[in-house]
Amino acid sequence: MSEQREQSVAPHERITAAITAANTRGQPAIVAFLTAGYPAKDKFRAHLTEIGAAADVVEIGVPFTDPMADGMTIQRSSQGALAQGVTLRWLLGELHDMPRPQAPLILMSYLNPLLAFGFDELPAAAQRAGICGFIVPDLPYDESDDFRRALRREGVALIQMATPVTTDKRLREVAAVSEGFLYAVTMTGTTGKSVAVPQEVTTYLDRVTAVSPVPVCAGFGIRSVTQVRDLQKHVAGVIVGSALVEVLEQGGDPGAFLRSLRPGE
Amino acid sequence: MKSSISQQESAQLLADEVAGKFPDAKGRFGPFGGRYVPETLIPALDRLEAGIREHLRSTDFQAELTRELTSWVGRPTALSHAARLSAAWGADVWLKREDLAHTGAHKINNAIGQALLAKRLGAKRIIAETGAGQHGVASAAACARIGLPCTVYMGAVDMERQAPNVGRIKLLGAEVVPVTGGDRTLRAAIDEALRDWVSDPIDTYYLIGSAVGPHPYPWLVRELQSVIGREARAQMLAQAGALPDVVFACVGGGSNAIGSFVPFVGDQSVEIVGVEAGGTSSALGRNAATLVYGRPGVLQGSYSLLLQDADGQIQETESVSAGLDYPGVGPEHSLLLWAGRVRYESATDGEALAALAECSRLEGILPAIESAHAFARAKRWAERHPMKRILITLSGRGDKDMSTLQRTLLGDNGGRAQL
Repeated sequence: MSEQREQSVAPHERITAAITAANTRGQPAIVAFLTAGYPAKDKFRAHLTEIGAAADVVEIGVPFTDPMADGMTIQRSSQGALAQGVTLRWLLGELHDMPRPQAPLILMSYLNPLLAFGFDELPAAAQRAGICGFIVPDLPYDESDDFRRALRREGVALIQMATPVTTDKRLREVAAVSEGFLYAVTMTGTTGKSVAVPQEVTTYLDRVTAVSPVPVCAGFGIRSVTQVRDLQKHVAGVIVGSALVEVLEQGGDPGAFLRSLRPGE
Repeated sequence: MKSSISQQESAQLLADEVAGKFPDAKGRFGPFGGRYVPETLIPALDRLEAGIREHLRSTDFQAELTRELTSWVGRPTALSHAARLSAAWGADVWLKREDLAHTGAHKINNAIGQALLAKRLGAKRIIAETGAGQHGVASAAACARIGLPCTVYMGAVDMERQAPNVGRIKLLGAEVVPVTGGDRTLRAAIDEALRDWVSDPIDTYYLIGSAVGPHPYPWLVRELQSVIGREARAQMLAQAGALPDVVFACVGGGSNAIGSFVPFVGDQSVEIVGVEAGGTSSALGRNAATLVYGRPGVLQGSYSLLLQDADGQIQETESVSAGLDYPGVGPEHSLLLWAGRVRYESATDGEALAALAECSRLEGILPAIESAHAFARAKRWAERHPMKRILITLSGRGDKDMSTLQRTLLGDNGGRAQL
């Protein structure tokens, strides 16, 4: 994507376009998650490049001391990154300086590191680093007005979450303001546990897709191509986090793992 | 979100607090509070808030709660005149004896209240976190009393320094889950309890132990702990014949303090002082004095003052008392600080231990190390204000601290304060 094109399309639109493009190829979009600087800070650029070449969207985790929505893998990655001195400022600097992948980038961060950076400066700094959207697990819809308003100045998305226990009324409200895509959490619980795809999950995902003006991606517990195949009839994409982080921890090939999740490309 | 405040705004916050306007409809105490939790927990918090509005003030619930507080907790707790401390300090010292409440601390006021509420809301199991172990013991006891299973999350570091309480929790029929992630103290235990709750937000009730966390918890805990201040205020008028000149309480998350302070907030003649854990020094990471040294931020569901670094990472804390060893604080305390109504100070480990020794020797009461922090600053205050009436909330008893006291006050050479 040329610089010129990048400037004419709002960052949040790049996310939606990447998901839609995968769907046009008959594929569910793969949103791949890695924690910034984990398992090794000096391999971050290489990992991001490999993952960015295999995924449709890349979600980069900003480490935080208290990741309350995350299971053991992401907790471990967060601590590991912090121990190497990874910060939001470092991450934005790396992204600014490196040749970025074509896949649009999203930051996942708990709220406090974003508050500490400052809502005044962050949207522009993120946009300059090629960030197209944010996912903030401890910033529910009711508390999100300030941050959404700040991000909109730069056209950067604030991606909202829906869960199996979200009421219909709230689901419509959340879907109406989500940009880029709507993150449908597949289960009640933290990230990382493997999840089967029983009918109640697909019924819930159909309910989310029915009301969402933006594509819906399902996340939490996605580990196998079987799950992806089951989910693809119900959502536009899947988010793969803990499973990919474990591949990186074990020194595996992240690109090959992500390609293995694509049902018969 | 505001990170500073003008004098005029400060005066307005105070007027609104005194008028009982907080928390507001969004669960805020002025700029502080709110609900910063994963989307999965929102319906559970909505149900809890609706449940509080339906039950908490109802005559039916109040009758049940009062019956339990009277016949099982042992309320009202005594207000003791501390004659020998008074003589030693040159003051008129009164102690609100939460150490005499069932299970040995104020924590039971909140635990039994929330357990009764949980039962009405149809909870099938209760989870709780604990630092010093007192809230774990109180929760286990309350759950045994009403017949609900209870799981208590406790940091591995705290399990070691509060070993007797671990045994008590187990005897009371609850399961103790060691938390080995994070800082392995209270903060990590809260994170883990939240993760459990996110996994089962419908049937599980999270019985939080302090006036922290997302709305409506800081409000609910304040309402249940205000019995301390209401009783103490009436007892002061009856026994001392006047309101105190100053009220002292220790502040970790801040539940005994908020319960002690709120009934006095409208009494203009009454000075109010909260005392945090000064640990071993004022350096970041060497204390738990959030209101003294912290900056606003979001941790574990609410916007409040926090001990954090420039990147917004939460700092590890240090204190001889597990119950105060927490880098956050209840949002209403941040409000009371910004409104200029309460002064927050800190006492170091050594000062708290010396105060514990003095109270034990002069009054025949062994206070918890947490509570002793309040005594340490009250004594300093008395030096500057001779012959004034001082009310101190003695939030719990110190039996649980014997292993720490063996290592410190009673230690051969290692003691940081002398008997």
